[in-house]
Amino acid sequence: MKTVFNLKKHLVALFAVLLLGTGLQLTIDPAGAQPAWMPSPPKALPGTKCDADPKWMRTWHMRKLDHKRDQTVRDGIRTKKFSLKRCITCHAVKDESGKFLTVKDERHFCRSCHDYTAVRIDCFDCHASRPDSKKGQGAMLKNNPHDKTGRSSSLKPGDKTVASLQKYLAGETK
Amino acid sequence: MISLKNLMNEIHQKAEKEAENNAEETSRRAFVKGSAAAVALAPGMMLFAYGSKEAAARPLAEAASDKTRWGLLIDAAKFNDEDVDRCVRACQKENGWQDNGRPKTDAQWIRRVNLHNKKTKESFSLPMMCQHCDEPPCVDVCPTGASMKRKDGIVLVDKHICIGCRYCMMACPYKARSFVHEHLEDQKDYAPRGIGTVESCTMCVHRVDDGRQPACVEAAPPGAMVFGDLNEPTSKLAQLVRTVATQQVRADLNLDPGVRYRNI
Repeated sequence: MKTVFNLKKHLVALFAVLLLGTGLQLTIDPAGAQPAWMPSPPKALPGTKCDADPKWMRTWHMRKLDHKRDQTVRDGIRTKKFSLKRCITCHAVKDESGKFLTVKDERHFCRSCHDYTAVRIDCFDCHASRPDSKKGQGAMLKNNPHDKTGRSSSLKPGDKTVASLQKYLAGETK
Repeated sequence: MISLKNLMNEIHQKAEKEAENNAEETSRRAFVKGSAAAVALAPGMMLFAYGSKEAAARPLAEAASDKTRWGLLIDAAKFNDEDVDRCVRACQKENGWQDNGRPKTDAQWIRRVNLHNKKTKESFSLPMMCQHCDEPPCVDVCPTGASMKRKDGIVLVDKHICIGCRYCMMACPYKARSFVHEHLEDQKDYAPRGIGTVESCTMCVHRVDDGRQPACVEAAPPGAMVFGDLNEPTSKLAQLVRTVATQQVRADLNLDPGVRYRNI
């Protein structure tokens, strides 16, 4: 069967896409609140500094993790920099009762973006997804002074309200 | 106007530079943990006596080297059943595996082997685990390179690339490997283990890299298990294998295990 380019159909589709786009634009609050479909990763433990520029890490963390895992398992190089354990220590999130969340909870740091991008990670099939409760430290979900968006205390499981992807995508972390 | 490409390059370079700066992360552990004492025997001659911790930790950033060959000497005569079980429990506690009452699928990093001589009625038991072969058949058969031998002789599974085919389990003459059948959670952060991958005794590699002894060695009766560097002539292990009769299990296979036994 011969496919015929149907201009009319295409124009309708284009129009629909534009309309949809406008609709989404409209959901952005003029006061600066973010649309609900954007992820809102919890802030890291206050006072900690990321092993690389957070902007860079957002895009390339998997490279560093892959490199580091090979170094550690195969060569026994055990520096802490870029180790998953270190990431988890600073990026751990606590629930209301003060317990560290596992990756089963959608408020987990890694899940906030990986759910959004639909990228499945299997790190936590083997690795613990939260710090050792005796040793570890985590960002408090509640009253985290580092978290200036102020939305985390109201975030509950299942709550899709998210705040800061736009800033996130633009590279603003402060 | 800054192009996106330039911006990315800039960020990349900045991060790399920062990484270099932090490379001198000199949080190096003490060369020898535990008590070390030096006694002058004669001018220019020192006798170094170390505590129970003979193994010296490498600096964190240094790769394992083939100058070292980690090994174990297990004296079966010094073990009774309870002693072996204590070693097994120590391994379970250290590495986070357990007996779930499902012997067909439960992990077994170390186990008690009971031996019985029908003729003499002599019975004894010994701990059996990965023998850390110099020529490991599990490494030969692995289709992905996940089953590997570290340069210092420790045989490991790189679970990042293990596909769970279990060829290595078939190939191992010591039945040292297990397959993880179940979803796990809250593993030890130094001993990751998970569904769909094969695992075995790691000779407590995280402890060894930290200058400590494997958990089973610490739990064993005094002198029943000796851990150390076979390549270091002054180590207690090397001295022992040089002076007493030891044997490798299934030495006929020419796999040259790093784990040796006495009195079997």
